[in-house]
Amino acid sequence: MSPTTKKSLNVLSPKERIKVPRQLMPEQPAEERAHNFEEVNLGYSTELAQQEARRCLECAKPVCTDNCPVGVKVKEFVELIVAGDFLAAAAKIREDNVLPAITGRVCPQEDHCEGNCLLSKKVKPLGIGYLERFVADYEKKMGTHVVPNVPPTGKKIAVVGSGPSGLTVAGDLIQKGHKVRVFEALHELGGVLVYGIPEFRLPKKIIREQLDYMREMGVEFETDVVVGRTVTIDELMEEEGYDAVYIGTGAGLPQFMNIPGEHLNGVYSANEFLTRINLMKAYKFPVYDEPMLDLKGKNVAVIGGGNTALDAIRSALRLGAGNAYVIYRRSEAEMPARAEEVHHARQEGINFQMLTAPTEFLSDGKGWLTAARCVRMELGEPDASGRRRPVPKEGSEFDLPLSVAIIAIGTTANPIVQSTTPGLGTNKRGYIQASEETQRTTRKGVFAGGDIVTGGATVILAMGAGRRAAKSIHDYLTTGEW
Amino acid sequence: MFKIINARFLAPGIKRFVIEAPRIARKQKPGQFVILRIYEEGERIPVTIENSDPDRGTISIVVQSAGKTTTLLNSLETGGTILDVVGPLGKPSEIAQYGTVVVVGGGVGTAMAYPTAAALKRAGNRVLSIVGARNKELVILESEMREVSDALMITTDDGSYADKGFVTDKLRQLIENGTRIDLVVAVGPIVMMKAVSELTRKENIHTVVSLNPIMIDGTGMCGGCRVMIDGKSEFACVDGPEFDGHKVNFEVLVQRNAMYRPAEQRSMEDFKRKQEQEEHACLAQGEQR
Repeated sequence: MSPTTKKSLNVLSPKERIKVPRQLMPEQPAEERAHNFEEVNLGYSTELAQQEARRCLECAKPVCTDNCPVGVKVKEFVELIVAGDFLAAAAKIREDNVLPAITGRVCPQEDHCEGNCLLSKKVKPLGIGYLERFVADYEKKMGTHVVPNVPPTGKKIAVVGSGPSGLTVAGDLIQKGHKVRVFEALHELGGVLVYGIPEFRLPKKIIREQLDYMREMGVEFETDVVVGRTVTIDELMEEEGYDAVYIGTGAGLPQFMNIPGEHLNGVYSANEFLTRINLMKAYKFPVYDEPMLDLKGKNVAVIGGGNTALDAIRSALRLGAGNAYVIYRRSEAEMPARAEEVHHARQEGINFQMLTAPTEFLSDGKGWLTAARCVRMELGEPDASGRRRPVPKEGSEFDLPLSVAIIAIGTTANPIVQSTTPGLGTNKRGYIQASEETQRTTRKGVFAGGDIVTGGATVILAMGAGRRAAKSIHDYLTTGEW
Repeated sequence: MFKIINARFLAPGIKRFVIEAPRIARKQKPGQFVILRIYEEGERIPVTIENSDPDRGTISIVVQSAGKTTTLLNSLETGGTILDVVGPLGKPSEIAQYGTVVVVGGGVGTAMAYPTAAALKRAGNRVLSIVGARNKELVILESEMREVSDALMITTDDGSYADKGFVTDKLRQLIENGTRIDLVVAVGPIVMMKAVSELTRKENIHTVVSLNPIMIDGTGMCGGCRVMIDGKSEFACVDGPEFDGHKVNFEVLVQRNAMYRPAEQRSMEDFKRKQEQEEHACLAQGEQR
């Protein structure tokens, strides 16, 4: 692939572009941010954004777009940044991604757009995530986004869950002229974006802005509705007149390790730990009523190597933890967390105990955690996931003194919707069966996507499913064909 | 926002609220609960549903003042509002024709035992109810329970009303008298449910208890409400709240419910101090007039 022959606004030659270093993201100093919940990344200035945008090689066949789960037209929006038309750049992203300020912050770009950037063959890839964030924030600052005006179709869609996949479905379908109502179980909208991802990585203000924009477009929201309990899918379709339903209920019950001592006080699931902090604002106790164990000066560890694990332990650090550990049974190369988060966590002083696994939680005899008994691991033959299986090293046991342990090893399917919707097919792990292409379930008019179909994944993969679902819901509603 | 249609004390510190919540009213079944949040900075607390009226679109709950949130809730009056009410949550009680069922309600737990007793009665069971309270003032829903029971026995810890003693004394009497009991349902303080379960275990009488662990979302997301059942972790919000009393590890439940005691006490003290200050301010204003 080579730069296009089309006349480019970029004055730099391809060789010159490669020589421009990737523009660093300005960030809050590690020693300061380790003690507050303010955002780590501060965002590009106009100058930095344009300088970074000029690094784009403008490939004839942009692999960045091919590797984006929602298909953002990266080359085109980056060209608009070079041209200085930032609002047009934002509008270009919005054609494919209704939540750019969010994905610009939390998407694992190295696995998608930036992962195959042609630049990365020689130098660092284009900062696509940083640029996406820049234009989304610029658009907000200018306060001039466009609300599309489309004729109503008279069709009604219920979206179950206001997380990233539900919001994507809602955003895409409202722009087709359908009526969309989103049902949320919690008191606040945003799903994992509000209860899971901490303020320092994704400020709640950003989510509220995106939600306001969706309201402006006409999306209706109803909180405090647990679909399956408060109202069933069948009732929504038969009694409330919805023509289609999208299920995006997200990750479910937290998994535990089934090792002795997991019931001890001081042992949390990451979901609970993060929900207390993010949704219930326990870090502002006693202004907020939700309590949290006092972590000041205490030893805290998270078990797991994903984004959730890092979000939890970095939150613990900000709540004053004396020593904050990540205990992960494989090596850093296998860690599923975003590269930037691992980097940030290290800068902040998180202690990584790689190739280590707890075998038991020890107590003070009164029901409180005092330590994790751990064992060192080595990597053996590849397992079903293709990753090398960790094998315990004999005689390597040691006790790590801990006041709080947070278990972040994934989730299992939440059964509420499945168990209350007759005929809705599930797989053997309890997740909802849905076509990978159309997100159709085994029930006519019912679609599903995101973590409730795939198991725990990422914001952008859930959005990708939402995008496909919106397209196929639109097809279904216009043709009536199933 | 959920409107309070009616609020009235049933006993000192125990208040019944009728709340406008049409979606919940349509779906509520005995044994289920709601989670509510009173104001923006408030916590989410699970509260059992006593009854519902689908035609009027209302549910009723019974709340006993214990900490800050319940005390604050019980200060709300008819016409007031509750910020969030979500439900009905949890699996409903398993209602079937068992034969003779003993329904035990301890303290405010009687409010949750009541709809279950009523449903069991409608299902054709012989319902023998035992209601226990600390003293006469705290006996609630007596006439309601009487209406749905073939027999109602009442005990008070101090003997200020009906028979002095504990609910387990009555249950033991029933067993000793040779009453054939097919099922026991016990809802109330943990110590009571534990005592009932220990008693029936010896007699091999199937016993269902309704657990009340600390809970946040109540929808199977956070895992905060995990309880130990038969040595394994289960979630009270989606797997319960009712469990086989003979399999519940009550010690773990007591231990986990005590996890935030210092913070809860601090919240309560701050709240009381603030209330007192406000009262003083009111009095001072009154004197000036």
